[in-house]
Amino acid sequence: MPKIKLPTKSPHIDMTPMVDLFSVVLTFLMLTATMRQPEPANIDTPSSISEKTAPVQNVMTIFISKDGKVFLYVDNGPDTLLKYREKILTEMGKQYNVEFTPAELREFEKSPSSMGVPMEKMKEFLDTKDQASKKVFQTGIPVDSTNNQLASWVLYCRQVNPQVNACIKGDSKTEFPAVKKVLDILQDKNVSRFDLITNLEAVKIKEVNTPK
Amino acid sequence: MAEIIQEETGKGGKKKAKKTAPHIDMTPMVDLMCLLITFFMLTSALSKPKVMDLILPDKIKDKKEKQEAPKIAKSRTINIILGPDNKVFYYTGLVEDPKNPPPLQETDFSANGIRRILLERNATLSKKIRQFDDDITSGKITMPHDSIEPAKRRLKNEDDTGPIVLIKAYKAANYGNFVDILDEMSIISIAHYIFVDINWIEEKMIETTLGITPASSQKK
Repeated sequence: MPKIKLPTKSPHIDMTPMVDLFSVVLTFLMLTATMRQPEPANIDTPSSISEKTAPVQNVMTIFISKDGKVFLYVDNGPDTLLKYREKILTEMGKQYNVEFTPAELREFEKSPSSMGVPMEKMKEFLDTKDQASKKVFQTGIPVDSTNNQLASWVLYCRQVNPQVNACIKGDSKTEFPAVKKVLDILQDKNVSRFDLITNLEAVKIKEVNTPK
Repeated sequence: MAEIIQEETGKGGKKKAKKTAPHIDMTPMVDLMCLLITFFMLTSALSKPKVMDLILPDKIKDKKEKQEAPKIAKSRTINIILGPDNKVFYYTGLVEDPKNPPPLQETDFSANGIRRILLERNATLSKKIRQFDDDITSGKITMPHDSIEPAKRRLKNEDDTGPIVLIKAYKAANYGNFVDILDEMSIISIAHYIFVDINWIEEKMIETTLGITPASSQKK
């Protein structure tokens, strides 16, 4: 019997549906994405049932890492022309006798992530271009009672932008005294309303039979 | 003289294009899209962080200015102390005699732990609030969306049966516990709760319950 010869054809897959799907996913991701900011410390937030979303503008977020280091992020205000970050740094410079060049101020204004650099190292930190060597300076903002730079930061943030909201983002493993210290500093500066940043967690309330 | 001679085909001049469906090779496009999708998936933070409100009382700066402490019923107060290793301790009332403090009860953050204890005490209010929530969802009560929260707050303010919770944290507690306990407060819809500093009697009570001497805890 003669063998039936199948015509050899290069397999051609129709990729159109795949491309369709990909473009939908891509569009979705592009529209919903808010870029994740690089953070100097990895912070694993605790979860809560609160459904209030974190504010994006007029925030002053204080990060407390697992080992008790404190970082700060202030936004530029509702309009980038306001240049709040630049103003705050200038004020800080005045207090700690550090003079910043316009280039350094611009560098600080642009940087989107939180920073934890003591004022003495700030100039060096801003002059360093390399991202990896920048990380070395991130030792946390000093919060000791003798050198309380966080208090000054908070003071000037509120002076420059009176509408600023204080947010606290702590790691769930942070020892409580470190958090307490930050809360105390904020309270000293008359901030008594905080937003604690958390993840969303679904919780069901169990019916509890009350004893009669 | 060179003449351009048009090549003539035998069939009356009309050239017929080959009739094949135009086939575009989509592979590079798919490759690119794959890359972009991967990039966006890795860099984007899809879930926006949520926030929880915390309001602390103003600090009394002027020591001379004496403020009367608010009077609260002893029977309604419950003191919650956050301990180390996710433990929670509580006692009711207040410490009248430092030498003979009330016994601390130990519990945890599970559904049958602190939540059950507080829910039993806060039964009337939490039932009222849940009833209110049910009425809203079933449509028995209709009100604009933004007045739901104030209405709930009014329910809480009117309440005078639920416990008054004082939250304190022992130094070995962690931040996660603190958020958890505040979370419990909103789950159980406790009307009156406040975060206060721990005092030395309570620190001592924790230390005796856990069986640690003050000296060894200082080393930590």
